[in-house]
Amino acid sequence: MIISPPIHAALRIGLFSFIIVGLVSLVYHGTKDKIADNERRALLQSLQSVIDKRRYNNDLVHDKIQLQSGGQAYTIYRARQAGKPVAAIITSTTTQGYNGAIDLLIAINVNGTINAVRVLNHRETPGLGDAIELKKSNWILSFNQLSLKNSDQWAVKRDGGNFDQFTGATITPRAIINEVKNTALFFQQHQQEIFQ
Amino acid sequence: MYSDYSKILSNGLWHNNQALVALLGLCPLLAVSNTVINSLGLGLATTLTLILSNLLVSSLRQFILPEIRLPLFVLIIAGVVTIIELIMHAWFYELYKILGIFIPLIVTNCAIIGRAEVFASKNRIMPSILDGLAMGLGFSFALVVLGGFREVLGSGTLLAQADLLFGNTAKNWKINVFDDDSSILLAILPPGAFIGLGLLIALKNSLELRLQATKPVTPKVYE
Repeated sequence: MIISPPIHAALRIGLFSFIIVGLVSLVYHGTKDKIADNERRALLQSLQSVIDKRRYNNDLVHDKIQLQSGGQAYTIYRARQAGKPVAAIITSTTTQGYNGAIDLLIAINVNGTINAVRVLNHRETPGLGDAIELKKSNWILSFNQLSLKNSDQWAVKRDGGNFDQFTGATITPRAIINEVKNTALFFQQHQQEIFQ
Repeated sequence: MYSDYSKILSNGLWHNNQALVALLGLCPLLAVSNTVINSLGLGLATTLTLILSNLLVSSLRQFILPEIRLPLFVLIIAGVVTIIELIMHAWFYELYKILGIFIPLIVTNCAIIGRAEVFASKNRIMPSILDGLAMGLGFSFALVVLGGFREVLGSGTLLAQADLLFGNTAKNWKINVFDDDSSILLAILPPGAFIGLGLLIALKNSLELRLQATKPVTPKVYE
């Protein structure tokens, strides 16, 4: 049987694809449990950076729901102690920063106070906007124990509030303060739904 | 075809350095070279990719028809990179998170398809593996030097976060060269990468000129 050259070439590409896809899927199956375990561990670690692990006893990583509100999709992890709600850990994103999205992890206690906030990802200017990282400065700790009752303090000092701004970078802290405030408002309005 | 191993090595490491002479793979080179450890991580991943892709291309070279060689090279390289990415995701998770999108982007590093086309598809397996190793080490060398330059000037440290690559024993390898407050921010920003690479190429060229001045000139042909 004579196979014309284009078909021969196509068959050969097909054969190569088949072999390489086979190899990749072998490695995928060999590594997927380990990868899932890494992801779960990393998630648990970042969740525990905003809530003390002695305050809950449920399977935090898997006790989660997704809610939509005002065009923003929130993923919410629910911390419970003996079945009773303790706090909600909410992932939230703002694009009001200086450069791209800033991903936040915000833990809010059932009484509405902020337990802690951490920045998960950002691309703010190194040396200026990156003081929002805990390893660069303590700024992010100023959210601890804040509540919406004294909401006039929720602004940088330049805007009459309580938060330090960074020299040369007001946009970044302003974006984060607004986002945390919005998330706290969202929590207030949807608390029932969240802990269902 | 040539199998002069020392020539392959010296081409990869110096005379035809993919980053400093061929100027290939600049996207990952410029983006990741902000610390020594990031540079080394990407350099090693690129080296491994080069070795495996050269090995596969060379051993399969009689099955690779000339008219479809480019799609087949792309297929092989993409497969190798995906496998390396999965392995890093599983066993070097922290580093994987930092190098992030640059690992899949190794696919687009022209140095790799360049070596497949120029070298591995025309040479036996052993020289091809050596070529991949030499080219990869040359690329890593340029990355690490640039990373060191930018890390010292930009953050005032060397080998920060070495534990990402070498495990917990490396946590105290970090050297504080000077205080963070007096660092030159420009060095870790994108322009610092371009300026640093420019200085590195200039340095290489001036070394080369100085070497040539002391030696009689012999005409060279590089592959």
